[in-house]
Amino acid sequence: MTQTILLDPTSERSPVVRPRIARPASLAGKTFGLLDIAKNRGDVFLDRIEQRLKKSGHKVKRYRKARFSIVAPEGLKQEIRANCDVVVEALAD
Amino acid sequence: MSQLSDGLIAVVKRECPTCVLVEPVLAQLAGGAGPFTVYSQDDPAFPARVKGVVDDRSLEASYRIGVQFVPTLVRVEGGKETGRAFGWNRAEWEALSGARGLGPGLPENRVGCGSRTEEPGMQFRLAARFGDHRLRSRQIEVEEEADAIELCYERGWTDGLPVAPPTVERVLAMLAGTRHAPDEVVGIMPPDRVECTVEKVAVNAVMAGCKPEYMPVVLAAIEAALVPEFGLHGVLCTTNAVAPVIMVNGPIAKRIGMNSKGNVFGQGNRANAAIGRALQLVVRNVGGGRPGEIDRACFGTPGKYTFCFAEDEDDGVWEPYSVEKGFGKGVSTVTAFTGDGVAPVIDQSSRTPEELARSYAACLRTLYHPGQVADVAAFLAVSPEHARVFYAAGWTKQRVKDELAKLLRVPVRDLKPGFGLDKELERLRREDPDGTVPKFRTGSLNIIRVGGTGLFSAIISGLGSITINPVTKEIKA
Repeated sequence: MTQTILLDPTSERSPVVRPRIARPASLAGKTFGLLDIAKNRGDVFLDRIEQRLKKSGHKVKRYRKARFSIVAPEGLKQEIRANCDVVVEALAD
Repeated sequence: MSQLSDGLIAVVKRECPTCVLVEPVLAQLAGGAGPFTVYSQDDPAFPARVKGVVDDRSLEASYRIGVQFVPTLVRVEGGKETGRAFGWNRAEWEALSGARGLGPGLPENRVGCGSRTEEPGMQFRLAARFGDHRLRSRQIEVEEEADAIELCYERGWTDGLPVAPPTVERVLAMLAGTRHAPDEVVGIMPPDRVECTVEKVAVNAVMAGCKPEYMPVVLAAIEAALVPEFGLHGVLCTTNAVAPVIMVNGPIAKRIGMNSKGNVFGQGNRANAAIGRALQLVVRNVGGGRPGEIDRACFGTPGKYTFCFAEDEDDGVWEPYSVEKGFGKGVSTVTAFTGDGVAPVIDQSSRTPEELARSYAACLRTLYHPGQVADVAAFLAVSPEHARVFYAAGWTKQRVKDELAKLLRVPVRDLKPGFGLDKELERLRREDPDGTVPKFRTGSLNIIRVGGTGLFSAIISGLGSITINPVTKEIKA
């Protein structure tokens, strides 16, 4: 009897472990990007975060995805990366 | 098996009367000067008058020689084939062998039989065993004592039900159902955003229980689900209950035996069940969309095992959905849309289209929440007996939609906040507090004709938004 061979139905990706981007030693003087993914009331949460960050002297930039169910477009990701040191993403409902 | 050895080769089987007829000829050739090899496909003791018959019950030699009929006589020179004869023909056999006076007393000519390599499904078994099939998927050996179905469970490849183990042979047979090459990329599959090849689709289609002739539908369904407007990523990662639903239009539905009539959304039809399941398994295995991981559904739906059917186009009164979408009559299409379940509309008393439309509206109005007018879509499935009421009054599908649109206005004061519409809602409350808005934005309520006996219709509710829409694709071989 011949050996049964099965074909792997998966994408066969070996999990890639990516190191997290190094955390800044201090948040002093850093620019924050606040990304609203367009979930309901995410803006309420981010408004409050913005207030508090500004109070402690941080620069804040606001961003928004068109819709929560789509992946953030490449351009938006690049813009955040180019202009911010730290990003806060709000998921709310 | 190494390169063919020079001389004459004959491939025979005892079951073939022509092979039995030429046994004296084979004995003549065996007694000749040149090298002569006889391969027997079914009985190494045949032909008894030839010594050293090679047992080819495994069909390896027959497969490599490419035998289609028996007897086959092949001449090999310098390791290459220089001539071939099928069946018995004295002149041909004499020309190939260089011998004279072969088979005295035999007729001049006698057709042969089919080679065992041509038995149903055999070509795939042999290609799997001996062939260069060029499939790229990782091969996993099943231990002799192990159960292949259990191995599929252990590897996490199933939706909870057993799958047909995807052997090389079955995958090769599945790939015969499409003209597309195994390494062709169908699209980028979320959520892992990996390339989904025709081969991976075939592997999963085998597991789902598909027949090769379903492949064009499965491939078109995946293509449709991968069009950005469908929003597959959102559909599979949402906390909502939706599943991708597949609807087939056009002649292919009958050709592959799909159900569009009684129990249309239910169990029992292989094509309906397996095609929908194949899409789900591709999402799971290729895309990595698994419940509890990226699939965050609160409830889910049984449709996530499979949800696939054909529209009933037999009565020819209403245009099929595909024709409404601009495809020609007679063109086979697949439509992917989102659905989270089937809610029957039971109305056995309405005999006028106006009454029936009011019944539909009353049921459709409450979908998701009576005050929800965003992110809600529906396919209204009208049964033949309900459809007759509209036909008798001359109402087209569009007329039913128009009437429903009039009935399905939601008062601004009843609107539910949320769904990204809060600013719009504030404006409406300020500017038009006594006004109404449509329950379904344009195009998010569709009507189809399906089902069996009974004064029923059914609603398949689902998501509809700027990023999640039904998508229709033509089915090509």
